[in-house]
Amino acid sequence: MIKGTIDKIAGPLVIADGMKDARMYDLVYVSDYALIGEIIELKGDRASIQVYEETGGLKPGDPVTATGEPLSVELGPGLLAAIYDGIQRSLDKIREEAGDWITRGITIRGLDHKKEWNFKPVAAKGMKVSGGEILGEVPETEVIVHKVMVPPEVKGEITWMIDEGLYNIDTVIAKIKEPSGEIRELCMYHNWPVRKPRPVAEKRAPTDPLITGQRVIDAFFPLGKGGTACVPGPFGSGKTVIQHQLAKWADAEIVVYVGCGERGNEMTDVLQEFPELEDPKSGKPLILRTVLVANTSNMPVAAREASVYTGITIGEYFRDMGYSVALMADSTSRWAEAMREMSGRLEEMPGEEGYPAYLGTRIAEFYERAGNVKCIGGDRNGALTVVGAVSPAGGDLSDPVVQATLRVVKVFWSLEAKLAYARHFPAIGWLDSYSLYTENLKEYYNRELGDEWVLMMKEAMALLQREANLQEIARLVGAESLSPEDQLILYTARSLREDFLHQNAFHEIDTYTSITKQKIMMEVIMYTHSEMEKALLAGASPRELFSLPLKEEITRMRYIPEDDISDISAIKEHVTSQINSLIEKEQTA
Amino acid sequence: MIREYTTTVEISGPLMLVDGVEGVSYEELVEIELPNGEIRHGKVLEIDSRMALVQLFEGSSGTDISRSKVRFLGKQVELGVSVEMLGRVFDGQGRPRAPFDTSPPIVPEKMVNISGAPINPYARDYPAEFIQTGFSSIDGINTLVRGQKLPIFSGNGLPHAAVAAQIARQARVRGSEENFAVVFAAMGITFEEADYFVRDFRSTGAMDRAVVFMNLADDPAIERISTPRMALTAAEYLAYEKDMHILVIMTDMTNYCDALREIAAARKEVPGRRGYPGYLYTDLASIYERAGRIKGRKGSITQIPILTMPEDDKTHPIPDLTGYITEGQLILSRELHKKGIFPPMDVMESLSRLKDKGIGEGKTRGDHADLFNQLMAAYSAGKDARELAVILGAAALSPLDQKYLKFAEEYEKRYISQGDHENRNIDETLDLGWELLKLLPREEMKRIDPRRLDRYWPVNGKKKAEVS
Repeated sequence: MIKGTIDKIAGPLVIADGMKDARMYDLVYVSDYALIGEIIELKGDRASIQVYEETGGLKPGDPVTATGEPLSVELGPGLLAAIYDGIQRSLDKIREEAGDWITRGITIRGLDHKKEWNFKPVAAKGMKVSGGEILGEVPETEVIVHKVMVPPEVKGEITWMIDEGLYNIDTVIAKIKEPSGEIRELCMYHNWPVRKPRPVAEKRAPTDPLITGQRVIDAFFPLGKGGTACVPGPFGSGKTVIQHQLAKWADAEIVVYVGCGERGNEMTDVLQEFPELEDPKSGKPLILRTVLVANTSNMPVAAREASVYTGITIGEYFRDMGYSVALMADSTSRWAEAMREMSGRLEEMPGEEGYPAYLGTRIAEFYERAGNVKCIGGDRNGALTVVGAVSPAGGDLSDPVVQATLRVVKVFWSLEAKLAYARHFPAIGWLDSYSLYTENLKEYYNRELGDEWVLMMKEAMALLQREANLQEIARLVGAESLSPEDQLILYTARSLREDFLHQNAFHEIDTYTSITKQKIMMEVIMYTHSEMEKALLAGASPRELFSLPLKEEITRMRYIPEDDISDISAIKEHVTSQINSLIEKEQTA
Repeated sequence: MIREYTTTVEISGPLMLVDGVEGVSYEELVEIELPNGEIRHGKVLEIDSRMALVQLFEGSSGTDISRSKVRFLGKQVELGVSVEMLGRVFDGQGRPRAPFDTSPPIVPEKMVNISGAPINPYARDYPAEFIQTGFSSIDGINTLVRGQKLPIFSGNGLPHAAVAAQIARQARVRGSEENFAVVFAAMGITFEEADYFVRDFRSTGAMDRAVVFMNLADDPAIERISTPRMALTAAEYLAYEKDMHILVIMTDMTNYCDALREIAAARKEVPGRRGYPGYLYTDLASIYERAGRIKGRKGSITQIPILTMPEDDKTHPIPDLTGYITEGQLILSRELHKKGIFPPMDVMESLSRLKDKGIGEGKTRGDHADLFNQLMAAYSAGKDARELAVILGAAALSPLDQKYLKFAEEYEKRYISQGDHENRNIDETLDLGWELLKLLPREEMKRIDPRRLDRYWPVNGKKKAEVS
């Protein structure tokens, strides 16, 4: 324990004297309130500390105690369905202790140390184990089995193993004799410093898509399991709705949702909705596979900086168990702003727009913690997918946070205000967005949906690109003056936009579309296109063709339940018959 | 323990540097006695073992280095609260504000730190109760709910004051005459504008249920930093301890942000966009996030901050950061204002994020959501038709487009526009929506559930002939 005293206070930054032996990023307790802080700069015996709680009322001369440990999270059973603040204090426990407002100096551990879990050993006495190997299992919730692992840095021989039974997380469940001869006692949880990535055996390129049920994403801009994506957009363009949709429907086994510097009511919405919503696969409430980290915009800014690290460390921990984890961070801009604020208080030389010069490095390091991996300690594969929302100032993509993010992420979903005003949701622009995973995922799609899928998507995208050009001309001369072929392109592109890309997050069926249904929907649209192409060649009038009632059936296909998918394929026959009878009618006339 | 110092070493802008202080805490309240006996206030902005940097609420004019006495009061900035606040007008520091209020100061029930603590997200209750403002463009399209923060983005010369005053006058929760009160915070607005609000509140009797905090354009700019916090502290007391439903109107947030920028500049902080400090977002959040509802408590705080967008630019840092924090925004349109439409609400760009949970059966009416979608779609089509008509001439439009054009005109004139004392209830608003939709062919009602359409727009004899 190193004890110093406060010399200076400026907002969330406290400078303490007498901290000579303290280390960078050590956790400190500040003043008699025991406010939690972290050392972010050392100069001689002066330490700059970012404090995670309000600093009003602190005085020079107040004591500062360094714990000698870095800021860590507790990893063990009890994480799921929890809601934490930025430094892993459960908000429900804070409410029990402090009431409806978050006051200062509350110390609450991340996990419940009293609750008993049913631990079932997997390893046995005499086995030689190393970091990451599974010691036993705990059914943490109805849907997730928590695997109790040997902490990464421990290895040796198991000299004692507890029997199956109900224990709290402080109970010693195994003893390991390390090569040095030292006996390590292990319990169901261990601590891990948030700023240090957890080790993996091997990183691999993503090979499977994270199926989200969102048509524009799965079909055009897919995200690989273990990949990274960013969603920048101005306010009101639906970033948060997309993040919520992914948290609800993405086929990840575990979801970590980090509300970083966002609205309090949004977190309340998640908190009230997730216990009610059913996971489409298990039929159980979504909250049972979710961990929430909420540091809303009015909560202390330094803890906001820590919240993304707390979230990703929890994500890595579940990845190490062999699960596919998806982490949503909303919004990384607020995290960057927290960095900017601390940097300003430290009087560092600013980079672009006042952000610190190391902004890009920090962002890259964060996203690099995602990955499709072979886990340490056994033959397991896990994946941690990261989706970060970015809220650029004025919706301007030249914002330093957007630019630094785009340099590292592989998927870019560009939210456009124009689409949002036209109430086209999700407002992901199809012309600017991209996914660099399409090649990696090709094999998966070929296997699951057949070779034609990738081709069909390319064709559809080409139509949308053509539409953008044609619209310019149509605006000048009127759509009627375009050639029939071009009119057809406009017709089909509109159908793609309105019947496929547009998706209603609040409609019970439309909110999620399986890839099988997506394929059939797309087939119907593209089939209609090619049939109409033929009809135009046969001399059908575009005006008649485009007003055929088949339009309505196509519009309605998104509302057809997954179980009645064959009804969608049936539309194709109606398309053919309607078009044929139109041609006949025109020919007889 | 009160400690008095005469060791001021530097005064610059609204800041004062005092040397040789001891035992002073961060954010402590400071009293400065000028040579002429005048008392000023400030708070500690930065402190180290020797020096305290003090921010002066009333500005630095008249202060001097050698004779001004600086006293540290051992507490943070506080507001004395009590139900007696209702009907009173205070200045930016919570003292009665002449000439609007000449009564003696209130006897506080208790003193409360004005910074306020963040509401635990776990303790929040999701806002879902519909507030009827009497404006169709809000109730029908961008519905306000209790506990929401919904700012008005306005521009210079637009009638935001009239809109806000009318909302304050008319806002009610359907079918209840519950404890309702308005807390009004004026920051840097002119005497005339402030007087307009106070007179309006007095003439309609709303003043008895209002608490006003007033910092006018010629009052010290730095005081504006505490004005909204004073107002919100009063609001929290009334809402969460006295079970009242509070509507907080704050105008003009642009002046507040400029005061913040002034301090940041005086401290020589690294500026962010347009010279505003990098922590503007965090600072605004600490105000806006004080809106809400709390589980197990009866009262609520709904906020309507008003800001004027410099050059009507929505990407300016103030509206931009506000939009990222608040749950939507109401945007006033200069174009509609010029057409003589009041309120000149730009319904396309405005948005209420919490609308979905506040409307529908049991809250407004079952047809509300469909009707909203259809009206938006139709108005959008009507505006497109209007653009086309500018290029091609109205005569060149297809018959359908002409109907949409007509619809857009009528929609603006009859639905958005209403009198400055016209209080439409939600049924009137919804029925008017149906009436206007009937300007269009029935088969264009694609966003309305067919069963609902039959109920509100039955196909009878004559209509049937038209449809078929």
